[in-house]
Amino acid sequence: MLPALVVAVFAIIVVFFGFGLTQDPRKLPSALLDQPVPSFDLPPLKDGEAGFKTADLKGQVQLVNVFASWCVPCRVEHPLLMRLAKEGKVQVHGIAWKDTRPNASAFLDELGNPYKKIGFDGTGRAGIDWGVYGVPETYVIDRDGRIRYKVVGPIMPQELNERLLPLIEKLQK
Amino acid sequence: MRALRLAVALAALFALPVLAVEPDEVLKDPVLEGRARELSKELRCLVCQNQSIDDSAAPLAKDLRIVVRERLTAGDSNAQVIDYLTKRYGAFVLLKPPMTPATYLLWFGPVLILVAGAIGLFVMARRRAQNPVAASPAPLSDDEQRRLAALLGDEAAPVAAKPNKGRRA
Repeated sequence: MLPALVVAVFAIIVVFFGFGLTQDPRKLPSALLDQPVPSFDLPPLKDGEAGFKTADLKGQVQLVNVFASWCVPCRVEHPLLMRLAKEGKVQVHGIAWKDTRPNASAFLDELGNPYKKIGFDGTGRAGIDWGVYGVPETYVIDRDGRIRYKVVGPIMPQELNERLLPLIEKLQK
Repeated sequence: MRALRLAVALAALFALPVLAVEPDEVLKDPVLEGRARELSKELRCLVCQNQSIDDSAAPLAKDLRIVVRERLTAGDSNAQVIDYLTKRYGAFVLLKPPMTPATYLLWFGPVLILVAGAIGLFVMARRRAQNPVAASPAPLSDDEQRRLAALLGDEAAPVAAKPNKGRRA
């Protein structure tokens, strides 16, 4: 009776810790999952270009990457975004979040521009509507303009290959 | 020198706690500002997750404090402001989790553990009352008694005035 109880309690603790310690509490799921993208209408980063708004996110599967020039992990994931843009399987758009125009432009001039459209969100207000709480964040938008997945933090090759690309392919069918 | 001391003492006397809320954020209407402060204390800063936005100096917390004040100025009720933020950031933005099926375990877990402990204690106590012999440890054998007496005798002898010799018999 007693050993069985001890083993049972121990097993429960193992399960709790096994679950709790392997999750990253800093990564929150999007509250907007499976919901339409929020309504936003951002000005372009560079004069003369088109802005970026809600209506742009309909008709095909697209990615929205929230970035900032001051964000170090954004530099880490940048080559992956460049690769995605080059392969052309999916369009990537960017939101320059809580940044200045010269800095965000310099960031893209230095590392390359993977974005089809870029919205400039200097105050971060559009970011709040998206539920952004840090950079980088990447959203997968389906054909109907709904948010289907959110990556918090830099996209890692494993997550790209095992989750993002399969999901994108599934949504494109 | 004395004037300086006085100045320092006065400054210390009137010192206020350092607030994360910056002066330019404060609303002119004290009632609205009071509601904003109250709400901010209930809202989690998503960057430094165990602080409220009222406490946090993170830039996002500042933005959220401003959003809360804008919503209130626009005439939102407290509940509408909370709703506005939970729609964007989920229930996690609330420092006090709402009562929903997903949080039942969180709310009732401590009670469950208490009840389980009480049941365990009750069962144990009843078992002991029904069968006191089985519950108490077996008495020492003669051999064990002799070893115990020898050990106690050896240790007690130099210190105590009366070594426990009586037990040896």
